[in-house]
Amino acid sequence: MTAFQKRTGIIATLFAVVIFIIPFLFIFLMSVKDKSQASHQDFTWPEQWQLWQNFSDVISARNYMLLLAYFNSTVITVGAVALLILFGAMVGYVLQRRQSGWNKVIFGCVLAGLIIPPAVVPTIWVLQGLHLFKTIHGMILIQVAYGLAFSVLLYSSFIATIPRDLDEAARIDGARPLQIFFRVILPLLKPVTVTLIVVQSIAIFNDFTNPLYYLPGKQNVTVQLTLFNFQSQFQTQFNLLFMNILLVTIPPLIVFIFFNRQIVAGMTAGAVKG
Amino acid sequence: MQRRSPYPYWFVLPAAVVFVTLFLVPTVAAFWFSLTRWDLYTATYIGMENFRQFFSEPYLVQGLGHTLIYAVLTSATKSVFGLLLAVLLTSGIWAQGFLRTVVFFPVLVSTIGVGLTFSVLMHPTKGLFNVGLATIGIHGPGWLTDASLALYSVALVDLWKGVGLATLIYIAGLAAISPDYYEAARIDGATRIQQFWRVTVPLVRPATVTVVTLSLIGGLRSFDLIWAMTRGGPGFSSDVLASVIYKQYQAGFYGLSTAGNVILFLLIALLVLPLTWWFNRREVDL
Repeated sequence: MTAFQKRTGIIATLFAVVIFIIPFLFIFLMSVKDKSQASHQDFTWPEQWQLWQNFSDVISARNYMLLLAYFNSTVITVGAVALLILFGAMVGYVLQRRQSGWNKVIFGCVLAGLIIPPAVVPTIWVLQGLHLFKTIHGMILIQVAYGLAFSVLLYSSFIATIPRDLDEAARIDGARPLQIFFRVILPLLKPVTVTLIVVQSIAIFNDFTNPLYYLPGKQNVTVQLTLFNFQSQFQTQFNLLFMNILLVTIPPLIVFIFFNRQIVAGMTAGAVKG
Repeated sequence: MQRRSPYPYWFVLPAAVVFVTLFLVPTVAAFWFSLTRWDLYTATYIGMENFRQFFSEPYLVQGLGHTLIYAVLTSATKSVFGLLLAVLLTSGIWAQGFLRTVVFFPVLVSTIGVGLTFSVLMHPTKGLFNVGLATIGIHGPGWLTDASLALYSVALVDLWKGVGLATLIYIAGLAAISPDYYEAARIDGATRIQQFWRVTVPLVRPATVTVVTLSLIGGLRSFDLIWAMTRGGPGFSSDVLASVIYKQYQAGFYGLSTAGNVILFLLIALLVLPLTWWFNRREVDL
């Protein structure tokens, strides 16, 4: 490392601390302050640390709404990601292995799914017709519909690298299509599956707009929506608002620490193909 | 008897059912409902009335302009800063790995959390932005309270949150460029700046296409950050199409809201399709 590289690195780090780390430090400091100091909304050291008190206040607020929200968000995320893996891999598999006119149709749908913004009110109309509006399973299916395009794209490009000989061998041994898929192909897709789980679960957990439209009602609250409930309720209680922000930020942070590599793989998928 | 294919089409069926009913059907139905007065139960055909209303109400048309400004601005700044950061973070500087992590992390954080945090930091008198500026003698503006500035302040936060993804894509793009090009350029006596313009920029094109397209689509659809920071205000000065759609929906004007959706759809199609076509055509020329 040259002296120039070292000097540039130090300057860049200083900038990064000011621009990227201070906002997170601010969230943390605000979340441990007491009510009156937090109301100043300034960047100061807490005079009184009340991490635990704020934590339990936020959790118990509005009859433990945050816990319910965590539960709902977890159910939606796990359900939707599981279906996205299964459905996405099945489509990607057939798309890669069979060449026909349908491929163009499927590929067109994938592009449409990536580009077109969902039509909100007509979707509510469809959901109501199917009795899925304001239900958790309806929300899961919505997330599946919106996430499928990405998941098919990711799987189909990976399945192209798995030799056909493997399916052939299994077929000669007498395996049926479903057996080939579940016993041979799906286990081989593990690297992509991990990437997909990480990227999609963060996206669905952080989703605000779709639950806002399709999942109204107190019983159906999700994690991102609690931020707004708290904002109006604690207009002057900034310490609790920021504690809530902190609690919402922690799950992605944990995922990021453990799955950094898979996130990078997923986010750059298709970027360098050219 | 014809041998059954080991790749039966019914594998596509579960995905197709969900995608068609919950995505394609509403998208197509939107075109019909945008021509109606609609309360979710009965729809009365009123022709182009919703669109006429949309383009005659100044605060609705403004939303269209804001959407364009916001999308173009965030997309352009993300690709410029993304490329510069990617070059910096692949040049072997001190603490490179740490810096990559720090720049990327905001991408994963809740948009609403970021929006609420920055709306406190941008408070006209108490916020860290203006307190910081005051220490060097600058009287900071009302970032979110000044109607002529609010949209740009939100775009700035969008850049802060999204630049990490652009950087990541550019880093992958830079890694795909063979070092031979740089060596050849050096032997020919090219300076660092010439190398950047003559080698890096042209050869990192695939990444540029991805970054510009992704962030343009994202910017045109953008809703949650704006909603968290300004709710389209002050007045209607930071309203974009997506927030107009939500407001009309809340007010019960379902037909008008859906017309907004159709306009957003057409806007994205009209911008993104020619852009992709242009990018692909240029590729052939090279």
